[in-house]
Amino acid sequence: MKDVHRIEVGINQVDSIKNAIITDLGITEVEKVLSIKVYSLEGGELSPQHLDFLAKEVFSDPIIEKYTIDSPLANPFEGTIVEIGYKPGVTDNIGRTSKEAIRDAINKDLEGVYYSQQYLFFGVKPEIAEIIVKDLLANELIERWTIKNGGTYSGFFPSVPKVKLQTVPVVEDINVMVSDEELLEISKSRLLALNLEEMKAIQLHYTERSKERQKKGLPLNPTDIELECIAQTWSEHCKHKIFNALIEYQESDRKEIIDSIFKTYIQNSTKEINSPYLVSVFKDNAGVIQFDNDHIFCMKVETHNSPTALDPYGGALTGIVGCNRDPAGTGKGFQLIFNTDVFCFASPFFNGEIPPRLFHPRRVLKGVHKGIIDGGNQSGIPTINGSLYFDERYLGKPLVFCGTGGIAPTTIANKPVHEKAPKPGDLAIMVGGRIGADGIHGATFSSLEINENSPSTAVQIGSPIVQKKMLDFLLEARDLDLLNAITDNGAGGLSSSFGEMGSTTGVQLDLEKAPLKYSGLLPWEILLSEAQERMSLAVDPENLDMLIELSKKHDVELTVIGKFTTTKSFQFFYENKLIGEILMEFLHEGVPQKKMKGVWKPIQRKEPEIPPVDNYNVLLKILLSRLNICSKEEIVRRYDHEVQARTVVKPFMGVMNDGPSDAAIIKPIYDSWEGLSVSHGLCPRYSDIDTYAMAANAIDEAVRNAVCVGADPNYLAGLDNFCWAMGFTEEEEVRYTGLLVRANKALFDITTTYKVPCISGKDSMRNDYRIGDTAVSVPPTLMFSVIGKVPDVKHVVTLDAKTEGDLVYVLGTTKNELGGSEYFDELGYIGTIVPQVEPKSAIIRYRALFNAIQEGLIASAHDCSDGGLGVALAESSLSGGLGMHIDLKKVPRENIHRDDYLLFSESASRIVVSISPKNKEKFEKIMEGTEIAQIGVIKGPNFVVQGMEGGIIINSPLSLLKKAWQSTFQFLSWRK
Amino acid sequence: MVRVAIITGYGINTDYESEEVFRLAGADPHRVHINDFISQKDSLENYEILMIPGGFSFGDHLGSGRVLANKFRYNLRDEVSKFIEEDKLIIGICNGFQVLVKMGILPALNNLYYTQTVTLTGNQSGQFESRWVTVQPVENSPCIWTKGMSSPLDVPVRHGEGRFVVESVDTLAQLWDRGLIVFTYYPKTYPNNPNGSIDGIAGICNESGLIFGMMPHPECHFIPQHHPQWVRQDNPHITGLIIFENAVKYARKRL
Repeated sequence: MKDVHRIEVGINQVDSIKNAIITDLGITEVEKVLSIKVYSLEGGELSPQHLDFLAKEVFSDPIIEKYTIDSPLANPFEGTIVEIGYKPGVTDNIGRTSKEAIRDAINKDLEGVYYSQQYLFFGVKPEIAEIIVKDLLANELIERWTIKNGGTYSGFFPSVPKVKLQTVPVVEDINVMVSDEELLEISKSRLLALNLEEMKAIQLHYTERSKERQKKGLPLNPTDIELECIAQTWSEHCKHKIFNALIEYQESDRKEIIDSIFKTYIQNSTKEINSPYLVSVFKDNAGVIQFDNDHIFCMKVETHNSPTALDPYGGALTGIVGCNRDPAGTGKGFQLIFNTDVFCFASPFFNGEIPPRLFHPRRVLKGVHKGIIDGGNQSGIPTINGSLYFDERYLGKPLVFCGTGGIAPTTIANKPVHEKAPKPGDLAIMVGGRIGADGIHGATFSSLEINENSPSTAVQIGSPIVQKKMLDFLLEARDLDLLNAITDNGAGGLSSSFGEMGSTTGVQLDLEKAPLKYSGLLPWEILLSEAQERMSLAVDPENLDMLIELSKKHDVELTVIGKFTTTKSFQFFYENKLIGEILMEFLHEGVPQKKMKGVWKPIQRKEPEIPPVDNYNVLLKILLSRLNICSKEEIVRRYDHEVQARTVVKPFMGVMNDGPSDAAIIKPIYDSWEGLSVSHGLCPRYSDIDTYAMAANAIDEAVRNAVCVGADPNYLAGLDNFCWAMGFTEEEEVRYTGLLVRANKALFDITTTYKVPCISGKDSMRNDYRIGDTAVSVPPTLMFSVIGKVPDVKHVVTLDAKTEGDLVYVLGTTKNELGGSEYFDELGYIGTIVPQVEPKSAIIRYRALFNAIQEGLIASAHDCSDGGLGVALAESSLSGGLGMHIDLKKVPRENIHRDDYLLFSESASRIVVSISPKNKEKFEKIMEGTEIAQIGVIKGPNFVVQGMEGGIIINSPLSLLKKAWQSTFQFLSWRK
Repeated sequence: MVRVAIITGYGINTDYESEEVFRLAGADPHRVHINDFISQKDSLENYEILMIPGGFSFGDHLGSGRVLANKFRYNLRDEVSKFIEEDKLIIGICNGFQVLVKMGILPALNNLYYTQTVTLTGNQSGQFESRWVTVQPVENSPCIWTKGMSSPLDVPVRHGEGRFVVESVDTLAQLWDRGLIVFTYYPKTYPNNPNGSIDGIAGICNESGLIFGMMPHPECHFIPQHHPQWVRQDNPHITGLIIFENAVKYARKRL
């Protein structure tokens, strides 16, 4: 090891950690927690003067911090001191910045700078400190730590987590001319995740190509790089084999053959709707629609579930910055204007035993939260919409949906921005971060042993700043018309990005040219690495000099690693030797279609008998405090909603800025008043009764949310994100496949009636967990996002009650549909009658409401979903700080004879609105032909509800309801 | 036209809205990468106003603003000094304010530049705070940017390190005495004071009033529709645009 110097800086008191130790871990003896930042500087032959200068000028703040050089900053104390740092190869963002800051300050390039953090736990014994480190502060997969007794503390020994790989870059060929058993063994041992049919397709292909390969000096058998590239391209993640499978589907006595769920339901619905504003759907990294004459808009929503289960912080951070690269790599590149995020977790109050390898849901929640805070905020992209949903079955796999929208000029240099095409002769260029062993074989982490000197391949940590620099650079390059094509490096790395970009031309890569974080990677590892913050470009050689100059300005690394060809093949060279060649046609079309069976049977269950309600005031408060209903402000307030100054309907509106908006509205272009609404729908619990209803309600909810804020129901676009389970047996797979078909039938039916074309989507199919006897599968979940055009952002509506005396209306009929409701769940039931969407009547209602909003007749509008009418009215009232008097007798209803059912049924397509009395006539005229009723008035300081029989059943001061609604997440508050 | 250089690069992220707000204020804004100044492709001499916008330069990694401040100090010190000597205007918002403070050009008591006397550090809450707050302009401040402002202004804050801390009580007294406190959070208590700043200080200027920095984002409130209450308000309220108009007006007179 070269000389290593340690600079220690501090000391800060961290009460947030002390509080978490007490509340999350129940360790009460902790008196105080202090933290110290440690920078380990390697190499550079630094003099004592250098070190002092760096400590003073670069690493510490003269007003509030002290530092020491090569000696401990902390004095001995009663307690335990811990130092936590990264394992070798894990992205160390602070270390990376430090290196650059040192270069600026003393013009020296150090071998490495590594960051670690010390915690001083006062009053805590070492064995307890170890629990704190493991269960709260560090993640064994990516971090390492040393624990010392505070009483005898005299400093830590300098050490740096440097990757030392011994491998010599060799290329193997893999004998696939073997028995079926051996083929499967190859797939398993190399983590290829290919089934026998697929392995045999490869075997056959290589047999057929043997002569041709011989001529080129390639082995008869696939080389490792070829096999890995094929396996990656054919993976479920990239080829969506389940959504494209040939499915034999049965529902009661009816049987049908479905040739690809994706084509039959998703693509076909969009085709059938054929909206004039569609620009590019299902073919690029994000779906593109026309925004106005001069601008196009695109959006993508990704999931990042498995990495999040493994490392909540890194998984979520990489989820959001990874999703950002999709719009950035769509067409010739879009400017990113907003993020969304939706999480599904188990309850943070879970008190059962945590199965092996899983984190407590509270730790998952906090880690993901921090990941999104850092990822979104540091990228300078406002987080404007999202939600959290809780169900114990997300214990095994938390779901993290990250979405990003982008805007771009329709044309640049007279060429449409949404189109891209590399030309033969174009240079294949990689920009951004360097390649490491990060994320090779993405999700197959479990079998990899991590030792002190091996890079941690399991988890990637994104760097929003490295990416921000790269995206700034690329946007400028796009505007100068320097790019012929661009795409992101996500799953599958270069293999995927250049494999796709060069699919119609051909492309060759010289893999030794790829910039590496450390030497010793095999050629196939370079190809498949999922190291973050990289984009791939196709650039005309004429533009190279200008592009390089631009990259230097932005301090972004750019490397020419190959070129586009006319060979219609993907060729790999290493030090001028051809080490692999795959025909593009085989790579992209050669995967055999998967064959599956799906059966759907209606559930067999009895409708529960619900006892009469004692006290509605208490019941309403209980519902308002439920995890899926309560205010999430403690979480959402940590996100930047405003950066870029485009957000006009924010996540929270209302008199105290705490009413949760149904949808966000942004104004993408500064000098235009046209806007976009961003909303989503999600109701996984309905899957317990019927996935058709689950999907239909999710889509309806997303559309309804858009309509509530004033989006044009004739100008909407959808994004479908399916997170499914497949179970652990063949029988379960057949059942889950049946549930998937049902959900997609709903998607087709609802979107075609609403005329909401899907423009992009993503699926994550195996959200199952099993270790030992514990098996958990997520409930089948569709998260549906909707983008809506808002003709004029000056005419939008928010949820909060506005003025005393305004009239309260409900739009839509309330039915006896309590199945899967929050109310039934509170009582411990699922029920049997799930809300049904009637899209034909609903869309008429939505269009009428849009017209009323355009006429300026609506004071407030709020979507009725989780918790039904009772909750929707209360939220509108609380957000406006104004009481309401509601008469349940007046509520349009079907087959409901109980006040609790009427209040808490979650029937679809209902909206609560308030209007000024002076607009009554006009409003009722516009809404004619759709079911509406005036059910009350905005009045007084209390929320008052009169039951169907005439008696007052709820009469509560708003303050009490608000307290119940806001208290659930108080455990996250810094003020205890 | 008054030319404004809006610094970009390394994680700065409020450059687009800053450009827009200066355009609305009647200036000719340019987004310029700091490296274009360092490589002398462009020069600060070409501009009348310098803005360091908000964002997360270098990820706040060695303390917010520290690394970008050093980039200025080690690479552009002479140019910045000349800019100041020529009585040109400088504004730093959020991360830009942190940069100015850590460069030691704010508050620069007794015109002692490049010596840090105050700092902006982690919020008292230990977390990122994102909300709208009200700030009150302090009377008698020489600040050019807030000239004529007397009523409170609503602005969004979005930061993790905005707590204003001073080197000594003496420094604080001098800041008050010389009117260098430009804005205070109003009221001074959490959550309106999002970070626990001493005396609720939200923004300060130098003694000439030409260099100004604040944590909240007036450049993110330039139309009434930015305000979270706008759907509930009948009358238009004041926006942050006035701050930029003041500067442009001042600079235009000197052209």
